[in-house]
Amino acid sequence: MKEEMAEEKPKPRLRRDIDENLKRVFEDALDTEVPDRFKQLLEQLKAKEARK
Amino acid sequence: MTTLADPRDELAGHIPALRAFAISLTRNVSEADDLVQETILKAWSNIEKFTVGTDLRAWLFTILRNTFFSSKRKTKREVADPEGIHAGSLSEKPAHDGRLAFADFQRAFDQLSAEHREVLILVGANGYSYEEAAGMMGVAVGTAKSRANRARARLCDLLGMEEGEDILGEETGATLAVLGRSGPQAA
Repeated sequence: MKEEMAEEKPKPRLRRDIDENLKRVFEDALDTEVPDRFKQLLEQLKAKEARK
Repeated sequence: MTTLADPRDELAGHIPALRAFAISLTRNVSEADDLVQETILKAWSNIEKFTVGTDLRAWLFTILRNTFFSSKRKTKREVADPEGIHAGSLSEKPAHDGRLAFADFQRAFDQLSAEHREVLILVGANGYSYEEAAGMMGVAVGTAKSRANRARARLCDLLGMEEGEDILGEETGATLAVLGRSGPQAA
C-alpha cells in the first residue's frame, strides 16, 4: 500500500522527460517503413487457409 | 450459423506497432523483422487461443516478447556486458538548461538490458498499466514496477543524472516542501 501512495505524487519533470523520450524512441521505430514481406506473408497464409 | 469477425483479419493493422516493439527490443531492424515474421506465423496458427474482445495488440506483443526472450535464452546472443559496448560514447552531462538530448537518450536506451527496454517501452511509451505489462511479461505486478524503477534509474545513471536530481530547478520548492513535511516524523 505504501508503494501505491508513493505513486500518487505528480510525476517529476525528469520522469516526464524520460517518458517523452521513450515515446519518441517507439515512434521513430513506428515510422520506419514496413517491408512488403509481411503483407505477402499474410496473403499467403490467407490463401492457404482458403484452400482448406 | 453466424460468421464471427476473424481476428486474423486485424493482424495487418498491428504490424507497424509489432515491428516498433521488436525494434525496441532488439535494436536491430533485420532481427526485428525476423521476430515479427515469427510472431505473425505463431499468431496465425494459434488464433483460437486469442479471446475475442480482448486486446489483440497486447496478445501479439506477448507472443513477440516470449519468442524474443526464449530465443535469446537459447542462443545467449546477448553479451554479458552491463556497461554496454557504447559505454563512454555518451556526450557529457546534459546542459542544465533542461531537455534531455534525444541522441544521448537513444544511446543510453540502447545500453539497457532487453528486459529494461521492454518494460519501459510497454509502460512509458505505450502507456500500458503495470498490471497489463506484468501480464505480458509473465511476472507479478510488483516485479514489473520495480523493474521499471530500476530501468529508469539505470537510464538516469547512463545519462549522468540522478533520478532525484532536479535538472531544471523548477521543482525545488515542491521538493523542499516534501522534505519539510517528512522532517518532524524523522525526528
